[in-house]
Amino acid sequence: MTITDAPRIVTRRLGKPASWTLAAYLADGGYQGLRAALAMTPDQIHDQVNTANILGRGGAGFEAGRKWGMLAPSKPVYLTINGDESEPATFKDHALIEGDPHQLIEGSLICAYAIGASQIFVYVRGEFPLAIERLQSALNEAYEYGAVGHEIFGSGFSIDIVVHPGAGAYICGEETALLESLEGKRGYPRIKPPFFPAAIGLYGAPTIVNNVETVSNLPWVVLNGGTDFAALGEGRSTGTKLLALAGHVKRPGNYELEWAKATFRDLIFDPGLGGGIRDGNELKVIIPGGVSSPWLGPEKLDISLSNESIAAAGSMAGSGSVIPMDHTTCVVRAAWRIVRFFHRESCGQCTPCREGGGWLEKILERVERGQGRESDLDLLMDVCDNISPGVAWPPAQTTICVLGPSMPPSVAAGIQMFRDEYLTHVREGRCPFPPDRLPLRLARV
Amino acid sequence: MPRLNPGNLHRARDLIALYPEPRSALIPILHLLQEQDGYLTDDGMTHAAELLDLASAEVRGTASFYDMFHFEPVGKYLVAVCTNIACMLQGAYRLLEHAEERLGVAPGGTTSDGLFTLEDAECLALCGNAPCVTVNWRFFGDVDLQGFDDLVDDLKAGRLDQEVPPHGTVSRVDRSVGLAATGAATGAVAHAGAARSQSHPDLATHRSTTATASMNAAHLDDHT
Repeated sequence: MTITDAPRIVTRRLGKPASWTLAAYLADGGYQGLRAALAMTPDQIHDQVNTANILGRGGAGFEAGRKWGMLAPSKPVYLTINGDESEPATFKDHALIEGDPHQLIEGSLICAYAIGASQIFVYVRGEFPLAIERLQSALNEAYEYGAVGHEIFGSGFSIDIVVHPGAGAYICGEETALLESLEGKRGYPRIKPPFFPAAIGLYGAPTIVNNVETVSNLPWVVLNGGTDFAALGEGRSTGTKLLALAGHVKRPGNYELEWAKATFRDLIFDPGLGGGIRDGNELKVIIPGGVSSPWLGPEKLDISLSNESIAAAGSMAGSGSVIPMDHTTCVVRAAWRIVRFFHRESCGQCTPCREGGGWLEKILERVERGQGRESDLDLLMDVCDNISPGVAWPPAQTTICVLGPSMPPSVAAGIQMFRDEYLTHVREGRCPFPPDRLPLRLARV
Repeated sequence: MPRLNPGNLHRARDLIALYPEPRSALIPILHLLQEQDGYLTDDGMTHAAELLDLASAEVRGTASFYDMFHFEPVGKYLVAVCTNIACMLQGAYRLLEHAEERLGVAPGGTTSDGLFTLEDAECLALCGNAPCVTVNWRFFGDVDLQGFDDLVDDLKAGRLDQEVPPHGTVSRVDRSVGLAATGAATGAVAHAGAARSQSHPDLATHRSTTATASMNAAHLDDHT
C-alpha cells in the first residue's frame, strides 16, 4: 500500500459531529492559525506561503504566493474566495464549505491579512444553500467571537467578510466572470491579459481570487510552517490534494491524499479508497482532472497523482475530480454529455464556443442515435480545431476564456482512443451500448 | 403586484450596505424576491432597479443570465434531476425518465396541481452520491427509482417541510451584523434579522447531505 500517513490538512474535521460550528472548531484548535498569523508580519506569512508553494486548488494550479505577489500597489485591495464549484464531478469545495466553514473563514482572514485586503467576499455557488447557511451561521459566530470585524482578537487588524450567493452559472467559477457577477452583472469573462484581477479586479481595484481549498490550507501552513507543507508531496506538487472521486468506482467520495505519493491505481483500486471498479467491471478510461481534461487510458494507471506527472501524460490535475469509466460506458454518449454541458454553460460572448458547442453537441447526438456518417469524425475534429486550433494540450485558445477550449478534449480523446467505437455507431446505425440510451426528448438547452 | 414587503425591504437595504458598490447587492436581492414570491415578477425586478438606481432592463438582463432565477411561477417543489456525467454514469437518464412518468411532466414542466416543477439539471456537486436530485436546491443523494417515489410521497405528505424550505429560499440564516471593521456598525441589521433565525438550530437535520458528509468522512477514516 503506497498511501502515506500524511496529515489531513483540510478534511480532518469533516464528518465529525456539528463540525461546522464554532464550538467544534475551537475544540479542535480553531483560530489558532489566525492568532499566530496576526503575531507575524504580512510579509512573513507571504514568505511561508511561498515556501509552502501552494498551487491554486481551483484548477489552474497557479502558485498562490506568486499570485499574491502580482498585486498592483494601490488601495483598496479586495480578496474574493471562489466557492462557485461547478466543474462536473467536482464536489470537494462543496464538502469543505458545508463541513468546515470556520476553516474557510480562518484561511480567508489569514490571506486577507497577508495581502492587505480591505474586504473579503466569499462567492458561494447559489445551488449550495446548505453551505451558504452554514457559512453565514459560522460567520455570525466568528463575528461574535471576535475573529472577524473590528480589531480582530485585539490586534490592529480589522476586516469584514461578506458571504455572497451566486445564482446558477458555471462560468462564474472563472475568476473574471466571478468578479463581474459579484459586481451584479451577467457573468461575462473579461479579456486578459494584459490586466489580471491582481492589477484590475473587483470595482477596478487590485483583487486576489483564491479557491476555497487553497485558503483552507492556510491555518495549517501558518501553524506548521511552509517548510512542513512543502515537505509533503514532490516537486511543485506540495502538500495534500483533495480528490473528488466519482464515476464507476465502488466507493466514490472525497479523499485527501499526499500529493505525488499515490497513483491513479491506488486511488481507484485501493480498498480504503475507490475500492475498485463496480460489479467487477473492467476500467475503460479515466477523466483525470475535471471534464475539461483530456482522458487517460488504463495504461496510465500507474502515473502518480501530481500536477507535473499528469501534465506529462498529456492531461491535467485540474480541479482534482477523477472519473473512472468502466467498459459498459459509451464514449460517444460521455463526450456528448460533457459537450452538452459546456454548450449549455457557454456565456455566448465568443463565436467558437457559442456556435462550436452547439455543432459538437448536435453531431455527437446524431452519431449516438445511429444517424451519423463516417465523415462526422472528421467534422467533429474540424469543429474542435476551430475552437482550439491544433486540438493539442495545453489547448490553444480562440476565445476570451477557457470554457470553449474545454470542449475538444473529450471529443478528441474519444475519437483518438476509441475510433472503432465511433465507427460502430455509424456502421451499425445504433449505439452498441443498450439499453442505457439517450432519451427521445431532450430538455432544451 | 409583489414588490419587496417591508421586512424584505429592510433586508435588501442591509444587503446594499455590505458592498462598496450598491449594484453588487443585485443578485442577493433577486434571491430575496424569489424567496418572497417563488419567482421573479416584473414589479419585483422594477423595485430592485429602483433600490439600486438601475434600469429595469439592466436588472432583467442580469437576472436572465442565471439559471436559478425564474420569470414565471414554478411548482411548490422544484425537483432538479442531475444528468451530468457522474450521475449519467449511474443511470440518471433512467431516473429522469422515471421522474417524468411519475410526475407526468417533461423537464421544464409543472404539474397541474402546481406542486412540482421538473428540471434536467447540470452537475450539482454531490457526485459521490450519484445519481442525485435537489428539491428547492436541497440535496438528496443515491436516489434510485423507488427512492424517487418515496421522495415524492414524502414531499406530498409534507414530511420534508423542515428540510426543504419554499422555493427561492437560499439561506434561512441572515447576517447578524453589518460591516464592523470600522468599529461602527455592529448590530446594524438586527432590526431586519430579528424575525429570522441567525443561527438556525435545524442546520443539522438535512438528512441526505449530512449523510454524505459522514460517508465521505468514513472513507477518509478508512485509508489511514
